[in-house]
Order: sequence, then C-alpha cells, then structure tokens
Amino acid sequence: MTEALLSLRGVETHIGQYHILHGVDFDVPEGGLAMLLGRNGAGKTTTLRTVMGLWRASAGEIRFGGRDITRLATPDIARLGIAYVPETMAIFADLTVQENLVLAALAGPPEAKRLEWIFTRFPALKTFWTLPAGFLSGGQKQMLAVARAIVEPRRLLLVDEPTKGLAPAIIANMMEAFRELKDGATTLLVVEQNFAFARQLGDTVAVMDDGRVAHCGSMAEFAVDSGLQQRLLGLGMDTHQ
Amino acid sequence: MNKPKRDLLPLLLIPALAVAALPLVGSPASWVTLTVAGLAMGMMVFIMASGLTLTFGLMDVLNFGHGAFIAVGAFVAASVMLSLGPWMVADSFWLNMAAIGPAVLAAVVASGALGFAFERVIVRPVYGQHLKQILVTTGGLIVAEQLLKVVWGPEQITLSRPAALRGAFLFGDIAIEKYRVLAVIVGLVVFAGLALTLNRTRIGLLIRAGVENGEMVEALGYRIRRLFVGVFVVGSALAGLGGAMWGLYQETVTAAIGAQVAVLVFIVVIIGGLGSVGGCFVGALLVGLTANYIGFLAPKVALGSNILLMALILLWRPQGLFPVAKR
Repeated sequence: MTEALLSLRGVETHIGQYHILHGVDFDVPEGGLAMLLGRNGAGKTTTLRTVMGLWRASAGEIRFGGRDITRLATPDIARLGIAYVPETMAIFADLTVQENLVLAALAGPPEAKRLEWIFTRFPALKTFWTLPAGFLSGGQKQMLAVARAIVEPRRLLLVDEPTKGLAPAIIANMMEAFRELKDGATTLLVVEQNFAFARQLGDTVAVMDDGRVAHCGSMAEFAVDSGLQQRLLGLGMDTHQ
Repeated sequence: MNKPKRDLLPLLLIPALAVAALPLVGSPASWVTLTVAGLAMGMMVFIMASGLTLTFGLMDVLNFGHGAFIAVGAFVAASVMLSLGPWMVADSFWLNMAAIGPAVLAAVVASGALGFAFERVIVRPVYGQHLKQILVTTGGLIVAEQLLKVVWGPEQITLSRPAALRGAFLFGDIAIEKYRVLAVIVGLVVFAGLALTLNRTRIGLLIRAGVENGEMVEALGYRIRRLFVGVFVVGSALAGLGGAMWGLYQETVTAAIGAQVAVLVFIVVIIGGLGSVGGCFVGALLVGLTANYIGFLAPKVALGSNILLMALILLWRPQGLFPVAKR
C-alpha cells in the first residue's frame, strides 16, 4: 500500500465557541488523488483550513511527509510544499494575472515551460495576462486560483470545490490538469460537491459527516455502492451526472 | 473582453475643485497662492497619512496613536535644528540644508524606532480587536504626549525657518512661498517612491496583495506579520518626516501637534479608501485645497470644511475614492 503523505489523527477544530471537527482521521496516499466528500456543513472546508494552519487544531495530530505540522504557522506549512486553493478562490483582484502568478512562485520568476503548460490548460490566463484579476469572469478566476497553486511543483495540493460554477469545458480542462499533476507526482486532496467529477478523478475517497470521517476507501468501490452514497451523501451519484 | 478603463474620476476632482474656486476667489494671483498652499499642505498631510492607510489595509489595525509619531518627529527635528542654530540662521543655502538634513533624518529615525516599539508593545497584543485597538492606541497617544512634555517641557517651541526657505518666489502679482514649493517637491518624491515600491518591487507586490487578503498571502508562504512590522515602521518614519515638515510649516511645535494634525490624517485616509496609497494622495490634496480655499472665502466655516468634504465624498463613494478590493 502507498504510504500516506498527509495523515490526520483525531483532529478537532473549534471556531470561536463552535466545535466543528470532532476527531477527523484519514490518510492521503502519496502520489494519489483523494476526494473529500460530504454534505454542506460536514467540515470539509474546515479540514482543509486546519491542515493549512489557517484554523488551529485544538486536538489531534496532522503529519505531512512524516513530520508533525499541527502547530506550524501557515507560511511554514506552505513552504513545505503544500498549496491551497480556497473555495472563495481568494485571487488578488487588484493585481494582474501575471502578478498573481509571480507572487505565488516562491523560488523566483515562474518557469517558462511551466507557464506554457498552465496556458495550455487555461488559455484565458494568457489572453488576460496583464489584466487586473478582478476583471476576470468567475470561471477565469477559478482557473487563476488553481494556476497560482500549481505555478511551481508542489508536493500536496489542497483544492476546495474547484468546479463550483464552472462551464463543462473548463471542468474538463481542470480535470485534465489534475490528472497531469498527479502523473507528475503531485498528491491532491480535493473537496468536491460535483460527484461526477469526483468519481472520474478520485483514487480514494473520505466522506465526512458532522465533523468526522464517516467512510474511507477506494473511489472505485464507493462509486458502485449506491446504498453507502445514499446513507452518507443523501443522494446517489447517478443523480448527479 | 475590453481593456478595463482606469477609474480617473476621483483624480478629476482636484482640477475641478481648483477651477471651481477660481471665480469665487476672484483674483488669479490669490488663487495661485492659495492653490500652491493647498497642494503643499496636502502633500505634508499625505506624507503623514500614507503609512497609516497601509497599516490599516494590511492588518486591519486602527492606530489612533499615529499622531505620536508625527509629534515625536516634530520635536526631534526642532531640537536638532535649534542645536544647529547658527547654521539655521546663516545666509547660506548649504549651511541651512546642513542643519535641516540631520534634523529630518533624526526625526525619521526617532519616529521609526518609536513605531517599532509601539507595534511590539501596544499594537501586537490587540491584533484583530478593533475596540481594544482604538482604546489602547489612543492611550498610547496620550502617554506619548505627556512624555513629550516631560522631556521637552510644557511650553511650545518656536521654530524659525532658515533663510533659504523664508520668503517667496514672485511672478508678477503672484507670490509662492519657497517652503511650500519644497513641501510639494518632497511630497511628490515620497509619492513616487511609494508608488515605485508598491508597483515595481516584490515587496510592494506583497504589500498590495496583503492589503487585499493577508490570509491568502500567508497561505502562499509569506509571513504577513513581519511585512506588517516593516510597513508600520516605515509608516511611522514617514509620519516623523511629515511632523518635522509640519513643525517648520507652522513654525511652532507643541505636544498636541500630532493629535491636531491626526484629525486631518484620518479624514484623508477615510476619503482615499482605507489601504489605498493613491486614494490617500488624492484625498490629501483635496483636503489641503479645500482647507485653503474655504479658509480664504469663509474663515468661519473653515474648521468644518474637511468634515463636510469627507461627508460629501462618502455619500458619493461610501468606501472612499479608491476602495481596495478586500477578501
């Protein structure tokens, strides 16, 4: 079995007076693409933010590449090779597309070859290279948010609902980009509500319910178990084609 | 997609205000004098306000103690200039500058150092708590004012401008004070320096991104707090520079100088759009021009003219002239 790159054990998170995560346990295998599913409010986004250190885990342990990162500051976690694409995209609207990507490249100016690959997947970014990102459409902003995370090779990519509000053609491109990243030895943990996308892309799946992981396993098995889908997600995947 | 147009409308307010004032003032010579005076005042307020708008934009820190840096700058500069008295009164441009240069440098260093300590001791414990920030930074200003009285005494310090900066350039009927020209030049240099830093350097890119969404900047791997301390210190140092210039402009320095001018500084920051250096620049010029025109036309309402200006601008653009896109 592939060794886990990211491992969460008994992770609890409080936001103010609210207890959101109640002991999250799951592993993300190295080189794989793990999908994190669950109903709204199940704790998926909180899990990603806790891994990034944007919300502090109040209990439990988060290990990345064997190292305990539970108490590390967010910039230190990012510099270990973890990139994060939040649900809100969080692009810098007053900065140009170019500036957004330059800022995300920690090792220096982005490599031309890497940029060319990004432009192949997301051509709009090349078209609007010098435009302030605030003028991009919703789909283009999502492309930029993902491009910013992959402008340099990373070990782990945390992506929160990348297909939200996107046109099918862009989703197909996104899917291809994620596959290519995986082939290039990047590990991905993707939160998703689009089950068709999740099923086609995921190697493994963790399903969250009420701040806990209710199911972990392979996506292939989960995709054919409509009873489990019904119990954990409320709807079978077939209804989301 | 068409290339988006730059929002130039707020910039047009400056010439519009100046043109509108011309028939009201009547005499072109007086109008030119008032306009240059307004621009000079605006530039000095901009220098003092630029750091404040960035610190608010970067970390949502409401620093009501910003006036302390202005006051310290004014006092330190005054002390150095008084200690170099013979050079200040000498009839030599270079000797005058030899006195002013170290005075301004000392003001910048002292205010920057105070800013560093202020951030560590007063601001850092109250990150993210606006009410506490207001209370504790206001307290810091009061303490700083009292300490200034302890060190420099309660009396105001009278400061004469050196010979090189006294008098005016005469163009027919038009008289333009030399010191105001210097203030405009220094203000433009500071603005250009800030604009270049923000738009042409990586650190500027980080600051602009941090003003929009500090959390995402951290998630990219940058330590926003370290950046904030740097911006806070530079902002404090600029406030010290502004304080030194304001002291020379008023030719008196009192412990309350910071608190007095801080009112204008806050108006400028709000008018410009919190976190926007460009907005701060335009706002400062509008405030300077309005104060001078109204002071000439209707002295009795001069005191409230900038509050009125702020109200009108916020009715038009509730987020200020150049609102910064926030997360």
